[in-house]
Amino acid sequence: MRPARALARGAVRAPLPRVRMLPAVPLLTVGLLTLPVGAGLVGTALPAFGVMPALGRAEPGLDAFRALADWPGLGPAMRLSVVTGLAATAVSLAVTMLIVASWSGTRVFAAIRRALAPLLSVPHAAAAFGIAFLIAPSGWLLRALSPWATGFERPPDWLVVQDPQGLALIAGLVAKEVPFLLLMSIAALGQTDERRALTVARSLGYGREGAWFRTVFPRLYRQIRLPVYVVLAYSMTVVDVAAILGPNTPATLSVQIVRWMNDPDLALRLQAAAGAVVQLLLVVAALGLWRLAEAALAGIGRAWVRSGRRGPRGPWLPALSLALAGLSATAVLAGLALLALWSVAALWSFPQAWPDALTLRSWARHGPELVDLLLTTGAIAGLSALIALLLAIGCLEAEERYGLRIGRGGLWLLYAPLIVPQVAFLPGLQAALLWSGAQSGIWAVTAAHLVFVFPYVFLSLGDPWRAWDRRLGTAARGLGAGPEGVLWRVRLPMLLAPLLTAFAVGFAVSVGQYLPTLLVGGGRVATVTTEAVALAAGGDRRAIGVHALAQTAAALLPFALALAVPRLVWRNRRGMQHG
Amino acid sequence: MKRTLAAVLAALPGLALAGPDPADWDAVLEEARGQTVYWNAWGGSTNTNAFIAWVGARVAEDYGVTVEHVKLADTADAVSRVLAERTAGQDAGGAIDLVWINGENFAAMKENDLLFGPFAEDLPNWQYVDVEGKPVTVDFTVPTEGFESPWATAQVVFMYDSADMAPLPSMQAILDWAEANPGRFTYPQPPDFLGSTFLKQALYGVVEDPGVLLAPADQADYAAVTAPLWDYVEALTPHLWREGRAYPQSGPRQLQLIADDEIDLAISFSPGEASAAIANFQLPDTVRTFVPDGGTIGNASFVAIPYNASAKAGAMVVANFLLSPEAQARALDPEILGYGTVLDMEKLPAEARARFEGIELGIATLSPDELGPALPEPHPTWMERIERDWIDRYGVAE
Repeated sequence: MRPARALARGAVRAPLPRVRMLPAVPLLTVGLLTLPVGAGLVGTALPAFGVMPALGRAEPGLDAFRALADWPGLGPAMRLSVVTGLAATAVSLAVTMLIVASWSGTRVFAAIRRALAPLLSVPHAAAAFGIAFLIAPSGWLLRALSPWATGFERPPDWLVVQDPQGLALIAGLVAKEVPFLLLMSIAALGQTDERRALTVARSLGYGREGAWFRTVFPRLYRQIRLPVYVVLAYSMTVVDVAAILGPNTPATLSVQIVRWMNDPDLALRLQAAAGAVVQLLLVVAALGLWRLAEAALAGIGRAWVRSGRRGPRGPWLPALSLALAGLSATAVLAGLALLALWSVAALWSFPQAWPDALTLRSWARHGPELVDLLLTTGAIAGLSALIALLLAIGCLEAEERYGLRIGRGGLWLLYAPLIVPQVAFLPGLQAALLWSGAQSGIWAVTAAHLVFVFPYVFLSLGDPWRAWDRRLGTAARGLGAGPEGVLWRVRLPMLLAPLLTAFAVGFAVSVGQYLPTLLVGGGRVATVTTEAVALAAGGDRRAIGVHALAQTAAALLPFALALAVPRLVWRNRRGMQHG
Repeated sequence: MKRTLAAVLAALPGLALAGPDPADWDAVLEEARGQTVYWNAWGGSTNTNAFIAWVGARVAEDYGVTVEHVKLADTADAVSRVLAERTAGQDAGGAIDLVWINGENFAAMKENDLLFGPFAEDLPNWQYVDVEGKPVTVDFTVPTEGFESPWATAQVVFMYDSADMAPLPSMQAILDWAEANPGRFTYPQPPDFLGSTFLKQALYGVVEDPGVLLAPADQADYAAVTAPLWDYVEALTPHLWREGRAYPQSGPRQLQLIADDEIDLAISFSPGEASAAIANFQLPDTVRTFVPDGGTIGNASFVAIPYNASAKAGAMVVANFLLSPEAQARALDPEILGYGTVLDMEKLPAEARARFEGIELGIATLSPDELGPALPEPHPTWMERIERDWIDRYGVAE
């Protein structure tokens, strides 16, 4: 942030009194979002180093770390976190880049883009359940093939889901992270000057993918680096997906930390806090490793470009990328469809591919409570997404008018809630909130969600905002409009589609939050997600099916509106039809 | 570690009984009217969720008390919450009014003075409770002393698919059967409550003198007493589902495994669970239950009130309603819950007894005679050490 520079730009027209707050918005936002993370980290670090007055501990020491080191599963659990995190991120990134390289700008790509909203809105836990049922030995794939093709009358005793290598977990994460990285890539493509770069490279005799990876990829990657880091940190520390698809002997470190936190032996809470500190360091180390790999790959890439070879080319590349995209989308959507089927299934045993009969019993049973849950979920998500959107507009407009660009450091701070593992700061935040006398309840939960919602909204809105053609603003000023007029009458209406999309992304993020809702709400704020994860402990597929569908619907509706509303509003503006 | 913890906590100023006096029940009823009780209970079972919703509707009707079911993935979440509140000095107006609790969590909360009471034995419906015959005054060898009120009894049974196998008479027979049918049996992964219960049941099946289990583990030769247990588990593990490389994470998860025909045999802590699950299409109707000779472990489910609860009077009204013949009979019905009652039929008036006599127990439920004697829960220290050892041996094996 450079206020001096803002002062130097005296030429800026004196803002109206009601927007004099605008220059303060970026600072306010950074404070609002980093304070909870900071307070939470301190609240977690203290018990890790032995300070927890409620347990009668005030002597700082390293006992908690010693106890942690004595747990024989520590090494494997750490290795599992790192390996699944790095592998899921690398595979997701590779698949995403391959899809963009082969298909961007084509009609197929437009179709892929339309499929993103439903894929993104499927909550992680729901997707994980669906995938688990798809690939398990008693899952639908084997049911469809049994007994006529496989000869199985009973499910085989194969360790497919919850395998010790974490392969099922990696697959589940990839299926959900590819759509996210695609969304971020599409948003960033506008700044890569893709079409011209490709035209020039292809005129030099490179194939489409070869040209793309040599010219567009380096520019694109620079734009999506932070989202990639978010994916890495998330994949390493996710709790709900890892509990469903990940191994348990031992589990990943984050799952184990949550288990210790929930142990009746209160002394284990210190060990959990120590584990959270280790998890944090592990994420930092993995990010560092990734950074090194980036540098190494950049070196190799430059040598590759200099070599002047023209490959790779061939029809297999687009076919492969399309197959991968299809596979990852099908896994999520088919899994969800199967959960929908479970929600209306009577008895459905192996090896039948379809249930014996259909019944609405599960819906009749859960329907009434779902209404309340959806109202609470919608209120929290709507409010936090709206506040996040207003803050994001404020930040971006301050950047535009006063040059108050959130610097590299500020940007890292904004992403802190996404990169710092949730298990590392939420328990501390819960204690800090109680200490400060803040009431737990729907407001506190909304505020906590804002911390996670804002970065996604900002990420989603930032690029289209900056990509907006400034000459239109200049023209409007030339016609006599003030900065307010440009903002409200030209820029915001033109950016209607990205604004709604950003809102929908924020809404979906809020709907998916589990740990923040549970911990900050003190268990008193129930959303479809807390309900679904609580039910997940029971493994009742019918109940899970009902709640996963409700959860998906809650997240999907705003996406549908974000697609439909701009079309309706701009139906008489041809230039806005594709925005 | 826990011991020193308890000592430190005991040195803190004691928390006197603050709040409504259960002996003056009319005053409790008056105070309770209009209160909202946040009942923290495990939310993983659709049947219990529906039952709790029914309890809420009934106490709202009769006593003007609103019940909000806070659905927990793990009861220890509630313990964490009360602990966090005390850390922050919030000694009144807490978020939790009533908690469905089991032995280990109760022991932890009682030891740390996190509970309100004693109140249970002053509840009006306590007069009907079968104090002699049911494990209602001792929870995992820890005396309840009125700090928690019972509402259901449970006893270990094994569920099996009669289409694939016959009942087994002993723990040794289960091992022999597993060897002959690899991959068809498993148990929830300890420290899951039910998984640990399986280990304790196995311990009862192989131990020389069960008497030592009722005293703290450090008063006995722990290694010698548990050696046959580890021999048993060592022999069993390679023949488990997934060769013991993965385990179901909870009891109800086993139902899905039986329904998927991945396993044929599973442990349950509720004699009526199988019948209720068959009625809900969660299990095939060929599932039946058995108990091995020599009896199985039994215990009771309780509700307790945190020391800083906001609606203590309302919470006591709910606890009392749970002890009413109406609620107990409903819980016994396998179509609803299939939980055992804590009441003594002899103490009940005739019309109340009639409620129980009309209940059809369900095709998979054993009669009280077939269930046999309930073995007492071992002292919690056994469970703690066995859990820890199991985790070291099998929980991090990969």
